[in-house]
Amino acid sequence: MITEPLIQVEGLQKHFNSGDIKALDGIDMKICRGDVTAIIGPSGSGKSTFLRCLNLLEIPTGGRILFEGVDITDPKVNINVHRQKMGMVFQHFNLFPHMTILKNMTLAPMKLLKRSKEEAEQKAMELLNRVGLADRAAAYPNQLSGGQKQRIAIVRALCMDPDVMLFDEPTSALDPEMVGEVLDVMKQLAAQGTTMVVVTHEMGFAREAASHVVFMDSGKIVEEGDPGSLFDHPKSERLQAFLAKIL
Amino acid sequence: MAEWFAGVSASVSQWFADVKADFILNFIKEDRWKYLLNGLGVTLKITLVAVLLGIVIGVVVAIVRSTYDKNYDRMRKGPGRGFLRLFNAIAKIYLTVVRGTPVVVQLMIIYYIIFASSNNGVMIAMLAFGINSGAYVAEIIRSGIMSIDNGQFEAGRSMGFNYVQTMRYIIIPQALKNVLPALANEFIVLLKETSVAGYVSVEDLTKGGDIIRGRTYSAFMPLFAVALIYLVLVMFFTWLVGKLERRLRSSDH
Repeated sequence: MITEPLIQVEGLQKHFNSGDIKALDGIDMKICRGDVTAIIGPSGSGKSTFLRCLNLLEIPTGGRILFEGVDITDPKVNINVHRQKMGMVFQHFNLFPHMTILKNMTLAPMKLLKRSKEEAEQKAMELLNRVGLADRAAAYPNQLSGGQKQRIAIVRALCMDPDVMLFDEPTSALDPEMVGEVLDVMKQLAAQGTTMVVVTHEMGFAREAASHVVFMDSGKIVEEGDPGSLFDHPKSERLQAFLAKIL
Repeated sequence: MAEWFAGVSASVSQWFADVKADFILNFIKEDRWKYLLNGLGVTLKITLVAVLLGIVIGVVVAIVRSTYDKNYDRMRKGPGRGFLRLFNAIAKIYLTVVRGTPVVVQLMIIYYIIFASSNNGVMIAMLAFGINSGAYVAEIIRSGIMSIDNGQFEAGRSMGFNYVQTMRYIIIPQALKNVLPALANEFIVLLKETSVAGYVSVEDLTKGGDIIRGRTYSAFMPLFAVALIYLVLVMFFTWLVGKLERRLRSSDH
């Protein structure tokens, strides 16, 4: 059986200042269903820009992104429809502070997928139960800790039944003691076969949960492979230097 | 000593008698209090409609202006970009003209020139004050929109909401909440500003007091009564807004 890639990126470029700054300089990547792709690299390497290009929060200046067979970089494509299938989790959570947790989670399913209130709330409560936060359904985001907020942000994205989850440094803004609870949720998702693309500084997570690790530097993919070979036998000098600094 | 007391009490009772006579002359005689009551009704009506109109205009102009400021440079070329540029230019001209000329002059231009054929002063005053207030409301709401973290916007868009839905469900509710004190202030300013409606022969509260003054040749009672009514109104609305603000803050613990 030939599995068609869920996301296929071809020659992706993102230039600023009409080409002076090349944040992304020709990225090719293939992501299949069930893949957990971890993207690592030094800051400024373009990994967040790449992730944000995948759902067109940043508009690429060159190349193509095929999502479920559709070239979403084509201006004629209605990106809003495709974004419904791509959940995104941000470094700073970006929960809606004027809504309760339950409202945060049911807004998009009710307005975009036209689910009934009962249906949307039932799904939200199931997910809240899974991350152990069902008792906070009526709370407002500002009443939660950082780790709780990020777990909510993850399940908020899951409420839309996305085909892929994009994580943009989901633990970078957390206090150290809260990193674990968020990574646990992400590992759970990975184990259940969720397709994930994760930009992260957590090498432990990349090694343990990822099926594929990509090392980026200066807007290019320098090295990629399965976590075992990439972390234990890095081939390129830049990856060796990077790993030496952080491990 | 007793004589002095008698003198004082006589002049005090004389003063009370004068005040009473003045009060009766200005408010009771010929049912003159009705000028104030009817005027108050007209003032409230004009203010209320003008505020609603101002908020509608203000939100639209604020969205156009902030959309332009935030997105124009990043937008793809196309007709949407051209329209946005046009709307932004219109909004800017509107803001400049309305904020650069006195409201009385705007009111008179609308009454005597634009709607020269109409005699419905109240309606025209509603329109004029609404258009005027819209400019100030627009700048208040724009500052509110710009104060919302861009991450909120990205979160909405990443879920699949389009630009307008993101504004409607996520950005505007937060922006309005943040600028509520400034909007309340604008409402109070507007309430008092309508006192110039008399220029286009609208019998509002101020004009009502002035009519009484013209009939009785006594300025003290009617003018202080008018001032007192405005003061009570403003204090009442300030209290009301304070209550509303506390309710909205319930999500900010």
